Amino acid sequence: MLLHTINKSPLVNNALSTCLRMAKDGSGILFIEDGVYGALTGTEITAVVEKAMKTKKVYALEPDVKARGVQDRVIKGVQLVDYSGFVDLTTEYDKVESWL
Amino acid sequence: MKFGICINEGPYTHQASDTAYQFTKAALEKGHEIFRVFFYHDGVNNGTRLTTPPQDERHIVNRWTELAEKHSLDLVVCVAAAQRRGIVDADEQKRQGKDANNLAPGFRISGLGQLIEAGIQSDRLVVFGD
Amino acid sequence: MADEMMEPGGGGVTKKFLYVNRKAPYGTIYALESLEVVLIGAAFEQDVSMIFADDGIYQLKKGQDTTASDMKNFSPTYRALEMYDVEKLYVEKESMDARGLTPDDLVVPVEVKTAAELGDLMENQDVILSF
Repeated sequence: MLLHTINKSPLVNNALSTCLRMAKDGSGILFIEDGVYGALTGTEITAVVEKAMKTKKVYALEPDVKARGVQDRVIKGVQLVDYSGFVDLTTEYDKVESWL
Repeated sequence: MKFGICINEGPYTHQASDTAYQFTKAALEKGHEIFRVFFYHDGVNNGTRLTTPPQDERHIVNRWTELAEKHSLDLVVCVAAAQRRGIVDADEQKRQGKDANNLAPGFRISGLGQLIEAGIQSDRLVVFGD
Repeated sequence: MADEMMEPGGGGVTKKFLYVNRKAPYGTIYALESLEVVLIGAAFEQDVSMIFADDGIYQLKKGQDTTASDMKNFSPTYRALEMYDVEKLYVEKESMDARGLTPDDLVVPVEVKTAAELGDLMENQDVILSF
């Protein structure tokens, strides 16, 4: 299965919505850089991400979450990974699609 | 595993080069092989040795050079993208009749085929951009 | 592009390469430089597919005229892809509908596929390059 990376805030960019149209059940979605705003509670896209979490595994890059001061509002069930964990994910999934 | 890394944005403006660097460093620490780091689009701007950030800020260019020295990394700057953006090595300087060159140590300029080859030879190609 | 020619280093390996194009032309250089990757990559005789989705579809819009803006009109280059054996061009149905476009509006023949179909295609690739 694919690991999809999202590096744009889904509040202003359609990368996540296009990704979710194409992503298969069982694939992984990793929020990095400004993409981590997509992994938060209380936003207008929280429900979309929570729905995706029912069929896909969702991760967020912890150093980017912390840099932005939003570690207090990460959606429960989103798995936080560090850079080492990011590397592990790219090996656990078959390949990586970066939704730039 | 063998990784190919492609970086499509320059330093400082976008986080892409930072993320790619941390990813590459973590992969090396875990014992993975980095087949090649390819710099494309504005990513070629990671390869100028004239970069001078404020002293209290990370030096993105030097950081790549140092990582390359430590791990014998192959840092390749795309020639076509580099020519558009004024990134020049000694050979290119001569060939294009320029009055200077600016390629940082540890980087080399080559063709886009190097990116395709990285895709073919690596187990995973990971793209960082904007 | 003569500077770019080098011995293809595929070593006899054939992989499935997918290029994902989601960015409009002209406003940024990504579309133009990505097309250069596809053309160079063709020399390596890999199994190439291209997806156009979101504003990337506008790369293929007929009638592009850059005379007044003095930018390079690279839309004719897509018609040359066939000569490079790059023939699998897919556009996402949802993105086409959202922009009121049909295949008749595009400079090259394409196959329209739904997002779900493209998701399957994506899972079936070896290397995915997105710019």
